[in-house]
Amino acid sequence: MDIRLDGISHFYGATEVLRDVTQDIPSGKIVCLVGPSGCGKSTLLRFIGGLERPSKGRVLQLGIPPSDCLNPLTFVFQDFSLLPWRSVRGNVSLVLEDHGIRGKKAQTIINDVLRRTKLSDFSRALPKQLSGGMKQRVAIARALAVNPAVMLLDEPFSALDSQTCELLMDDLITLWTRQPFTAVYVTHNLTEAVRLGHRIIVLSRRPGMIHEIKEIDRPLSERSYADPELETIRKELWELMREEARAADEELQHV
Amino acid sequence: MSDTTLRTPTQPIEIRFRGGGFVPQSRRWVGMVVFIFIVLFIQWGTQSGLISPLTLPQPADIMTTFVELWQSNLLFAHLAPSLSRLVVGALFGASVGIAVGIMIGLFSYVREGLVPLVAAIFPIPKIALLPLFVIWFGIGEGSKYALIAFGTFTPTVVATYGAVDNVDRSLIRMGQSFGLSWFSIVRKIVLPGAMPGILSGLRISLAIAIILLVAAEMLGAEYGIGAYILEAGSLYDLERLFAGVVILSLLGLLTSGIIGFTERRLLGWRV
Ligand SMILES: Nc1ncnc2c1ncn2[C@@H]1O[C@H](COP(=O)(O)OP(=O)(O)OP(=O)(O)O)[C@@H](O)[C@H]1O
Ligand SMILES: [Mg+2]
Repeated sequence: MDIRLDGISHFYGATEVLRDVTQDIPSGKIVCLVGPSGCGKSTLLRFIGGLERPSKGRVLQLGIPPSDCLNPLTFVFQDFSLLPWRSVRGNVSLVLEDHGIRGKKAQTIINDVLRRTKLSDFSRALPKQLSGGMKQRVAIARALAVNPAVMLLDEPFSALDSQTCELLMDDLITLWTRQPFTAVYVTHNLTEAVRLGHRIIVLSRRPGMIHEIKEIDRPLSERSYADPELETIRKELWELMREEARAADEELQHV
Repeated sequence: MSDTTLRTPTQPIEIRFRGGGFVPQSRRWVGMVVFIFIVLFIQWGTQSGLISPLTLPQPADIMTTFVELWQSNLLFAHLAPSLSRLVVGALFGASVGIAVGIMIGLFSYVREGLVPLVAAIFPIPKIALLPLFVIWFGIGEGSKYALIAFGTFTPTVVATYGAVDNVDRSLIRMGQSFGLSWFSIVRKIVLPGAMPGILSGLRISLAIAIILLVAAEMLGAEYGIGAYILEAGSLYDLERLFAGVVILSLLGLLTSGIIGFTERRLLGWRV
């Protein structure tokens, strides 16, 4: 299932946030969205996930999601968004209950996703007993449980320390290599972007427009931590973004 | 000599601890100690003549009155009708209040329609309406239930819709993003999220219910704690008056204990 962004523009009141964003998101690929703070990345992701409507333009779905897919467009939020009153298991089960999946079938799915995210030993723990990295693992497990056609990740690891972030990225790559999924990954971190992205979209400062598109052909499993080629691309992207980021920063000061 | 040791300490000094606090911890014995201390002080004061017997009765005498009340079985004759009035009235008022509060929290039309109304009836002293309730519901139990229910209703509504408003919106967005139905979101996200606020509202509502219980029983009740207190008061029988007051305080402790127990059971997830 592909996603097509068709001429998306958006205003919040008088503020123009996005201007004419057109882009295809191919299935089975990870698309990274980078850009200066406030350029509308999270907003664009909410449009793709159907949580908000753009002022102009449409988000189109090309093809139908596979039949075993419970929730085609699934978010992983920056703040984890776990229900604090439910255990790890309960948080995963929450998203299955509404699809009528209960009892044994639910247990099988839950055990499987908790195993894949290495959380099996914590299935009875409450969110308050978990570290930030573990909470985000739970959120990923919850997303995997509904078998998404497209994962929408909004700075999923930015609240975590860099080691945890590294480990979770490795986990994400393992998950993807085992079973490729489509993802839109919003991030500030260019290292993350070159690590995970098959395609990197650079947005300009507000109003967000597509500034540059960079394709990285090297398979995810072959990208190592300090790869010189990736480093070159990262520098190139940073050169592109530096001016925008500085200008965006100055605009903020004048508001 | 001491100066130099201050500037260049040879001994390692442990860092002063300045964390902790701001987290309620279980120290139940403290309440008991404070209570016993006050009672002992009054007992000492009244016995030594520092406090005149007209000002306060002796705690020991109140105790004797209480024991007599118990032995004559009158205690239960007064307590049973009071408890049933409290339970029926408060249960009705609180459950309707929670239901209306949730509706206000969820639907803008209900909010616009009812919030001004609730704000308008909240400050009316419900006791002043007692004659009206007697006309509407009769002099029997009906008017007493109605008074207590009405009095518990308003604070419960206000606490409940405030609690619903305070539910983390990002959790609701999360529910929507996973395609949960509206009903599921309300039941599994809004209600549990509002529970802390609803329970702390109930603490206040139930205390108000006890106040109104006494008010209701001051009119046309033969038995009941309120009737007992009123009768003692009109005779200036301070021992019996205080014995009645002690029963009310115990009722207050009991309801607060029940809420506390429920909170520990239901809200263990709070950080
Ligand atoms: N609900 C809203 N109402 C009004 N303005 C909003 C709203 N949400 C976002 N904005 C504005 O839209 C712009 C884009 O916001 P958005 O959150 O999409 O940026 P972002 O690219 O995700 O930024 P960051 O990288 O800091 O997360 C910002 O200027 C913000 O002030
Ligand atoms: Mg954002």
